[in-house]
Amino acid sequence: MISAHDNKAPADPAVIKEKILTKYPPKVARKRAKQILINEALQNETPEITANVRTIPGIITMRGCTYAGCKGVIMGPTRDIVNITHGPIGCGFYSWLTRRNQTDATAPDAQNYMTYCFSTDMQDKDIIFGGEKKLEAAIQEAYDLFHPKGICVFATCPVGLIGDDIHAVAAKMKKKLGDCNVFAFSCEGYKGVSQSAGHHIANNQVFRHLVGNKDEGKPGKYRINLLGEYNIGGDGFEIDRLLNKCGITNNATFSGNSSYDQFASAHTSDLNAVMCHRSINYVADMLEVKYGIPWIKVNFIGAGAAAKSLRKIAQYFGDQELIDRVEEVIAEEMPAVEAVAKEVRPRTDGKTAMLFVGGSRAHHYQELFKELGMKTISAGYEFAHRDDYEGRHVIPNLKVDADSRNIEELEVEADESLYSPRKSEDELKALAESGLEFKGYEGMIPDMENGTMVIDDLNQYEAEQLVELLKPDIFCAGIKEKFSIQKLGIPMKQLHSYDSGGPYAGFQGAINFYREIDRLVNSKVWGYMKAPWQENPELSATYVWE
Amino acid sequence: MLLRHTPEKIAERHALTINPAKTCQPIGAMYAALGVHGCLPHSHGSQGCCAYHRSTLTRHYKEPISAGTSSFTEGASVFGGQANLLQALDNIFTVYEPEVVAVHTTCLSETIGDDLPQIVDKATKDGKIPKGKDVIYANTPSYVGSHVTGFSNMVKGMAMKAEHTGKKNGKVNIIPGWVEPADMEEIKRLAGLIGVEIILFPDTSGILNGPLSGEYKMFPEGGVTIDALKSAGDSIGTLAMGEWCSADAARYLDTNHKVPCRVLDIPIGLMATDRFVDALRIIAGVSVPEEVTHERGQLVDMISDMHQYFFHKKVALAGDPDQLIAMTEFLVSIDMWPVHVVSGTPGKAFEKRIRELTADLPYEVNVKCDQNADMFLLHQWIKNEPVDMLIGNTYLKYMARDEDIPLVRWGFPILDRQGHQYFPTVGYKGGIRLLEKILNALLDRKDRDDPETSFELVM
Ligand code: SF4
Ligand code: SF4
Repeated sequence: MISAHDNKAPADPAVIKEKILTKYPPKVARKRAKQILINEALQNETPEITANVRTIPGIITMRGCTYAGCKGVIMGPTRDIVNITHGPIGCGFYSWLTRRNQTDATAPDAQNYMTYCFSTDMQDKDIIFGGEKKLEAAIQEAYDLFHPKGICVFATCPVGLIGDDIHAVAAKMKKKLGDCNVFAFSCEGYKGVSQSAGHHIANNQVFRHLVGNKDEGKPGKYRINLLGEYNIGGDGFEIDRLLNKCGITNNATFSGNSSYDQFASAHTSDLNAVMCHRSINYVADMLEVKYGIPWIKVNFIGAGAAAKSLRKIAQYFGDQELIDRVEEVIAEEMPAVEAVAKEVRPRTDGKTAMLFVGGSRAHHYQELFKELGMKTISAGYEFAHRDDYEGRHVIPNLKVDADSRNIEELEVEADESLYSPRKSEDELKALAESGLEFKGYEGMIPDMENGTMVIDDLNQYEAEQLVELLKPDIFCAGIKEKFSIQKLGIPMKQLHSYDSGGPYAGFQGAINFYREIDRLVNSKVWGYMKAPWQENPELSATYVWE
Repeated sequence: MLLRHTPEKIAERHALTINPAKTCQPIGAMYAALGVHGCLPHSHGSQGCCAYHRSTLTRHYKEPISAGTSSFTEGASVFGGQANLLQALDNIFTVYEPEVVAVHTTCLSETIGDDLPQIVDKATKDGKIPKGKDVIYANTPSYVGSHVTGFSNMVKGMAMKAEHTGKKNGKVNIIPGWVEPADMEEIKRLAGLIGVEIILFPDTSGILNGPLSGEYKMFPEGGVTIDALKSAGDSIGTLAMGEWCSADAARYLDTNHKVPCRVLDIPIGLMATDRFVDALRIIAGVSVPEEVTHERGQLVDMISDMHQYFFHKKVALAGDPDQLIAMTEFLVSIDMWPVHVVSGTPGKAFEKRIRELTADLPYEVNVKCDQNADMFLLHQWIKNEPVDMLIGNTYLKYMARDEDIPLVRWGFPILDRQGHQYFPTVGYKGGIRLLEKILNALLDRKDRDDPETSFELVM
């Protein structure tokens, strides 16, 4: 039994790490030791962490699977593609509307299939005799009912095992239907060690089958794609509002409030702005190689970070008009943010947070906490790779293990007719010299203070230990972690799907987040844990009832 | 419109399920296992299924749901999952120290053909299961049946723990079926009032409606103990609620330990509760106390008071067979008309039961319960024959909004409302709550829609 309210926390992270590891069998302890890092990243040396390795069987992990990363995260938010899960009913059911991806399908003729769940609902005879016929028929039925522009097929675990050739079925149906783009994803749950494998598989297929299919995108002078923004709780809407206000055209978001045509015309934009590095850096790289579009890392989480990202985009395009407009917008937006920060800060200053989520969010949200005067004392990712922790410079040294080797690396070359460098070598060099970093991401570790604990693939037992020993004022993770943390009397905010509320991106989002964190860390409920008779169990005198 | 592409015209579908009225087996097994004291459910497959099942149960019950996973990657999928499960059991007993681990398969380990009894046997021989600790298990392939089937399979796994000493224990086994923790509590309360000692399994009360106290217990006090399960073989009888979720376990006890069983409906509504109380009284040879009869009278009173609002109102229902059968009977008993009923869980007897229950209605009910029975079809039926009310899980809210029909949330999963884990819908008290919910939905709607001229204080 653990109670977060006992004893004083030991400050020494090395002691904490030791304490966490003692409970494990020796082999497990050795493995976990390499995934738990005490940060010393204040100098230039970023310490090495083990990441993107298999979860230990029996350990209650926060992770999901490849299918969840592919169908749930990347393809889920695209409204006008019919996404058919090929498999038994469960996988499709659980990925049906549960991620709070918002979409704007309010135009009268807009297609929106996100509210529907499509599955081949495989039965035992399909497992025994193969499911290709059923899949083919399902695609036909979907086409007859809806006539969508695109139908995507997602493989679940048993499909890979029985060897259904979903790509052949998709190709056959695409040919047969003529006006519907049908393609498939080999994203069986076991394919990788986490959702991350699914992101990669999704990116590959979207790039292969969809990007480049439509040569006209949205009109505009400064045209970008926003990569790795999933419009949870309306984040993407807020970012779009800001971009619009500045005069920047967001041609395609991958994949929030997204549509078939946005993906198809992504190659016509002039800059890729990458939010979630983990889930989407593959597409950014491929768009650069094939079409000549450079990419920069942005972060719209946090008012300061949002301002910085808008400035980076303006700097890239280099027009004084745009640069001035961005400054105007920031000047217009900031006072409201600062006013709320000022109001809230006396109640949040000096408090501490822990963040264990995603492949970029555990980094991004530290900005918002900083703005509230809160320190992140421990953080980690659910399914990141070493580059998300230590920065992209480690990529050439990453060891590729058996699980990662399963996932196809697309060989991309410059497109003969469509490749066109958006900036000359000299321009790029000049921009780099003036401080704009291309293809750069420093990772989370360098941004965290000395002595903080960085933990990869945190599990439930470790989460409880951390909370008990370090007593944060707030813990951020996902739905599975929410209630065990809250039972300890610590407020828990979901950062995958935000519980309720949002947006938290951009300036309006920052205001929402400040208020939400104020609400959580200052809720009266955390003071109700003990009844009066538990606080003072000893009766010192008996009263006579008058 | 959120479901704007659903056409009125119904075309036959054979291959594509759209908006399913069911989900997969393991989630049911996981929920059932949480009703065993000191038990950690374990999902033998890749970790994604486990993550999905935990997330969905967490969203529904608003409580921590812990469960282990064998975390298969490609290797295990090719070479079999034995090594993963052995390692998992070792880690689980070392790190989390449960009393029991309840292992269920997923479609992955089922398709590979992993042999659970053999692996558990090996784990025991290898000393991976500490003395005094237990493992129960169930096969739960997702391509057969539904979440209800998985629940039933794990409950049968519990029954397989029963032993038979030849000496009766004077208790009655009650298998409550897939109901809320509060319902399990209500069944215990009723049995207590009637004065019958029972072994209730599974029993998630106290586990999935626990207090907030600043302490986290991975294994709260509640749940049926392994000792109680062992002694279930010596009980005087078994009452199983629900053919789909409970009967298999009850019949197992009957066949293997000569504990006679009766399969009842889940005691939702007046008649089903009457039959439950009556059966309990007869099996235990006691008389029903006045207090219970009094509660019954209150439910009847409420039916009579509110009858004018219920009379001949049309209802569409989606959910699980055992619950739907009981609910259909209840609705008919208060003179409401169930007109469309779907359940994704297959089973021949379902359609027959619903038709029997609605035989006196002036029309034929639309009823379907196989794998193509989905909410898309239900929506199409509604477009062709509108209804006054929807009853079912949260996913119906899209239909409710598009068609402007009041929705009573009931069943699994409920993701967007709270309280269902605290207030029972079984028993007479549960019936009163259900009536209140139905009535409020109808009257809130009337208050919203009535023109000003007929907007009334006293309705
Ligand atoms: S793979 Fe099978 S067990 Fe897992 S979620 Fe999907 S249907 Fe359910
Ligand atoms: S942070 Fe993680 S969960 Fe969130 S969008 Fe990125 S990859 Fe997905």
